[in-house]
Amino acid sequence: MLNRWTPFEWIIALRFMREGRMQTAFIISGVAIGVAVIVFMSALLSGLQSNFIRRVLSAQAHIQLLPPKEVARPQRDVEPGADNSVYGTIVQPPLQRVRSIDQWQAIARHIGAMSQVVVVSPEAAGSVLAVRGSASRAITMIGIEPTQYFRIVDIRDKIVRGTDRLNAADILIGTELASDLGVDVGDKLRISSALGASNTLSVTGIFDLGNKGANQRTTFVALHTAQSLLGLPGGVTGLDLTVRDVYAAERIAQRITAATGVQADSWIKTNAQFFTAINAQQTSNTVIRFFVALSVAFGIASVLVVSVVQRSREIGILRAMGISQGQILRVFLLQGGLLGMLGSIAGAALGAFALILWQQLARNADGTPLFPLSFEPVLFIAALVLATLTGLGAAVAPALRAARLEPVVAIRG
Amino acid sequence: MQLLDVHKSFNVGTPIETEVLHGIDLTLFKGEFCAVMGPSGSGKSTLLNIVGLLDRPTRGTLTVCGEETTRLDDRALTRLRGHNIGFVFQYHHLISAFSAIENVMMPMLGAAGFPDAAMSERAAELLEYVGLTPWRDNPANKLSGGQQQRVAIARSLAMNPPVLLADEPTGNLDTKSADSVFELLRRFNREQGTSVLFVTHNPVLAQRCDKTIEVIDGTIVDRHRGAKAASDADLLL
Repeated sequence: MLNRWTPFEWIIALRFMREGRMQTAFIISGVAIGVAVIVFMSALLSGLQSNFIRRVLSAQAHIQLLPPKEVARPQRDVEPGADNSVYGTIVQPPLQRVRSIDQWQAIARHIGAMSQVVVVSPEAAGSVLAVRGSASRAITMIGIEPTQYFRIVDIRDKIVRGTDRLNAADILIGTELASDLGVDVGDKLRISSALGASNTLSVTGIFDLGNKGANQRTTFVALHTAQSLLGLPGGVTGLDLTVRDVYAAERIAQRITAATGVQADSWIKTNAQFFTAINAQQTSNTVIRFFVALSVAFGIASVLVVSVVQRSREIGILRAMGISQGQILRVFLLQGGLLGMLGSIAGAALGAFALILWQQLARNADGTPLFPLSFEPVLFIAALVLATLTGLGAAVAPALRAARLEPVVAIRG
Repeated sequence: MQLLDVHKSFNVGTPIETEVLHGIDLTLFKGEFCAVMGPSGSGKSTLLNIVGLLDRPTRGTLTVCGEETTRLDDRALTRLRGHNIGFVFQYHHLISAFSAIENVMMPMLGAAGFPDAAMSERAAELLEYVGLTPWRDNPANKLSGGQQQRVAIARSLAMNPPVLLADEPTGNLDTKSADSVFELLRRFNREQGTSVLFVTHNPVLAQRCDKTIEVIDGTIVDRHRGAKAASDADLLL
């Protein structure tokens, strides 16, 4: 019997769907496959992107503040009463010496107070020579404050031998450099700068950044050690920071530059090609999703058009017995919405199953997942809402057609 | 119910414009049981569609239950039709997705929006009235032709309409079933005072009506009283 809480339109729509159960099952399956493809692809691409971004950002700051570059200044006559004319128009590009960010402590405090910024860490970096006996290598020495810097680039995870201790006479080096210079944890390395300053440091840890070049060149020392070797007492060559929303990094960098006058480079700018690739991937994903949604919409619409034709006599008799055009319209809109919703529920389940299966099958050689997939509820909710709305949208034309059927014509068939 | 000078044309404004009703004047009094006869294609069904507010006349006026309908919009016509006119067609047109009792409830359900116990009781009474209580929960498409037509009659009476329009309801039935369906309509007409316009090709059944009109080529050519004319046919609906 009929449920007293169910409105008339729902009763008719549900019965029509139940009676045409083969049609209903097929179109729900079609919608489900479409939604499953969208859910699976979106989760896969989102996982892939997160993984890429995590890998990129695990070894660099989201934003880096740098001192201003030396710029060429044409010589001018500065004598009083002179015509201020330029003596030389062809100027040589100036050398870029290691410089500190002016008033960096105040800038760091100002940036640290911004709500979007998580960590600010100063660094003093420059090129030096690492010498061990007769062997030497040109390296990049990065002086850091470990407590802050490790929150940006977690070296502790990448230490393969030794510890992450970084006192004044300590140095952390990469696996390639250790191999090239034949040093291990506890061995000494002589570090000489171009200014002639040198210091002998003890290797406390050897790390693997996952990149041969980086493992060959990158070293970490305490900030004070780097400052004295680079001739920057109390100065820093950069401020590294992380932000809450990595995709907002460029916007925040521009805001910082506007507020402080210091050049701020976001990871998006420094990895422009990578970011372009991600955007291209997102665009292609959107295009695929659009066409899948379109095919789902056409599927639902075609089934409903057929249903309207098949049921035109019944629609006619319903109209004859006083059922309004609005009620008929709602009956078919409901069917479209329900087909979309039921299909999306089945599709979300199918997509989740495919993701679990993919995670089980696609594995690294060591048995770990190729990359972690995130099952975000928002993706499933969005798929459900979008498919339901697509179903409703697809049902508009057939529903209008049904509602506008002339009862006499409909009954006659 | 009153039709005055009703014309109906199809394909209006085109070279193939055809007038099928030519100035029909007809009054159906309260409680009157009127047979409509005529050959196929004479305009009987068109007349019934206009009377039933399923179609609009090209010219002329139609008054239903005191309301002149020519200027009413679709919404008003639908409401007037739903509450005042019941239909029985040659083919039952039951909705196959529903049981017999649910089909009978349908007009009440459409008008109220939600089902309730009173609708169910009313539908059960009507099914009892047409002798189908044992089949009340059967799917509509599992009933015999005669049973389906009786369900259609019960459905047409659900809103207790003052006017019932029957377009050859016995046309597809055998003699026994046809007689049973006719008697059912006649009984309801007598007991409830419902006016009935009954299209038929069967002269025997027509003779048992209060009044018979004959439509030929879109014009009423003959009107005569049946054997048992309604004595109270003086109240205009």
